[in-house]
Amino acid sequence: MENINMTERQSKPTIPDNESKPNPFWIMVKKEIGDHVTSWRFYILMGIILLTCIGALYTALSNAKRLMEPSEMENTFFFLNLFTISDGTLPPFFVLVGFLGPLLGISMGFDAVNSEHNRGTLSRILAQPIPRDYVINTKFTAALLVIAALIIALSFTVMGAGLFALGIPPTVEEFVRILVFMLVAIIYISFWLNLSVFFSVRFRQPATSALSSIAVWLFFTVFYPLLMNIVSKVFAPGPASSLKSVILYERLQTFLMQIIPGELFNLSVSALLIPTVRSVGPLSMEQMAGSIPGPLPLGQSVIIIWPQLTGILTLTLLCFVLSYISFMRREIRSR
Amino acid sequence: MENHAIEIHGLTKKYGDYKAVDNLNLSLSKGEIFGLLGPNGAGKSTTILMLLGLTEPHDGSLRVFGIDPVRNPVEVKKLVGYLPEDVGFYENMSGLENLIYTAQLNGLGKSEAKVNAEEILKRVGLEEHIHKKAGKYSRGMRQRLGLADVLIKKPHVIILDEPTLGIDPSGIREFLELIVKLSKEEGITVMFSSHHLHQVQKVCDRVGIFVKGKLLAVGDVQSLANQLFSENAYSVSAEILPNTLPQGVDALKEAILAIDNVIKVDCQDNHFHIESSEDVTDQIAEVIVKQGAGLCHLSKKDYGLDDIYYKYFEGE
Repeated sequence: MENINMTERQSKPTIPDNESKPNPFWIMVKKEIGDHVTSWRFYILMGIILLTCIGALYTALSNAKRLMEPSEMENTFFFLNLFTISDGTLPPFFVLVGFLGPLLGISMGFDAVNSEHNRGTLSRILAQPIPRDYVINTKFTAALLVIAALIIALSFTVMGAGLFALGIPPTVEEFVRILVFMLVAIIYISFWLNLSVFFSVRFRQPATSALSSIAVWLFFTVFYPLLMNIVSKVFAPGPASSLKSVILYERLQTFLMQIIPGELFNLSVSALLIPTVRSVGPLSMEQMAGSIPGPLPLGQSVIIIWPQLTGILTLTLLCFVLSYISFMRREIRSR
Repeated sequence: MENHAIEIHGLTKKYGDYKAVDNLNLSLSKGEIFGLLGPNGAGKSTTILMLLGLTEPHDGSLRVFGIDPVRNPVEVKKLVGYLPEDVGFYENMSGLENLIYTAQLNGLGKSEAKVNAEEILKRVGLEEHIHKKAGKYSRGMRQRLGLADVLIKKPHVIILDEPTLGIDPSGIREFLELIVKLSKEEGITVMFSSHHLHQVQKVCDRVGIFVKGKLLAVGDVQSLANQLFSENAYSVSAEILPNTLPQGVDALKEAILAIDNVIKVDCQDNHFHIESSEDVTDQIAEVIVKQGAGLCHLSKKDYGLDDIYYKYFEGE
């Protein structure tokens, strides 16, 4: 190649060449993580999440006495109750994660691309010898790592506090269930992260993209269930209608509700953390006949929620692909 | 081929029906300083983006040191330093940290990057501000940091998009002198885009005039002037002291017109305006003095880029 002789044109300062040269990808990820964990936004969010989780943990622990009673059926899995029990004042831990997770995901991604563009750094970074998709991939990876660290830290804090308060360690199965719960929570939050990254590619103003993400979230948590209530009232079968139409109606209702990402998360997580959950949809008396009430093994719980898990994963990937494509197709001009 | 840093053939870029760049042909030799001159929206930035592989052309071919930026943008970006219009930096990082980050993206190790960054910041005159947050830099300092950012990858070509926008005049001069010095010292090919005539005229070896996606003319300033003002490319103005014309104004006018190549003489009070096809300034001076007139001012007018520029727009 003709370039070879040119690269030797400039004399470089003599530095021993034994220094490791990490891939630019990880340099960018490192910088993004640094930006996240030093931002005020992150501190505020962490404060909110930490406080609510302490609250949830407190209510769970104050009910610990009740859990220890041998008559309680869940007793075999009492450690998981730390994540699921509540006395009504505060929702349990897993519901809180489902509620605050979207907020976390959205706030980590809503200005990912457009703020770089507005600061004039995007075209400068793209002029460096890195593949173009590094920009969006590193944004995603960094935010994902931060979210994962946060979720894992929180869950382990809850477990640790429970260990102190109750004095009984979790069984292996409980521990694995909690690990799977963390994984599901991370995927669920990264769905919202990807959605907000997508809006940050689409909209030039960070405020617009933040509002759009929050609008989607509000729609699915508040308005969609409301809408479904109205719709299902219209289609509700009368007392004289046939069994077939009742089943059809029930199926339709579960189907419509399970489009919501939050619902998918709640169903999967409740099946994971409450082993006695045997179904996430309607069951007929026939199906119930002969079953012995009792907890399911982990494998069976996972099989029950398999559709929900794939649903969350699909939505997450879909959002990522959308933001990836729209970013790669966009022409990057300075400011 | 070996002597060309940038080669562009038949380059076309369309936005819908609008042709932003229309059948552009251009080649830059190594070590040359080239000014791409044109009004806003002429397609200068689009051409630059295509050179870097940041947007795809619809037709035509591009080569940067023999590499196709459409197929191999990463390799091209190793050789080309690009300073975008209104460059921005990570404001919560210092100037030095910003540079180290860029150097690392170009494959340098951290300590090597730091040494290089400090050296380059010194060269662009920012050594006092290296630990200051980039958010607190002034416009001119940001531009210098931008130049440092371009230089740290040790480029073979520098492409600067409107680099002088928003800097004060003395800042512009310093900035341009810095670029010329670097280009000459290290043999870096430089490509400017600008709509500011005077700056480009001063520093560029060659300029290309770019209007509505088409390159209208290429060459150094003088040859462009000759192309355009072929009939009367030279013009001289002379001023005579009052009451020093023993033979009268008309006689002097006749005498000047008698000089070879002089085409036109205008006279107003004591001011003479002479147009000629060749440079005859010395003969004009001789004639005036011979007539016994008191010559107090004589100046030859060079056609600047300004005139060239406006002449082209008249034609549009």
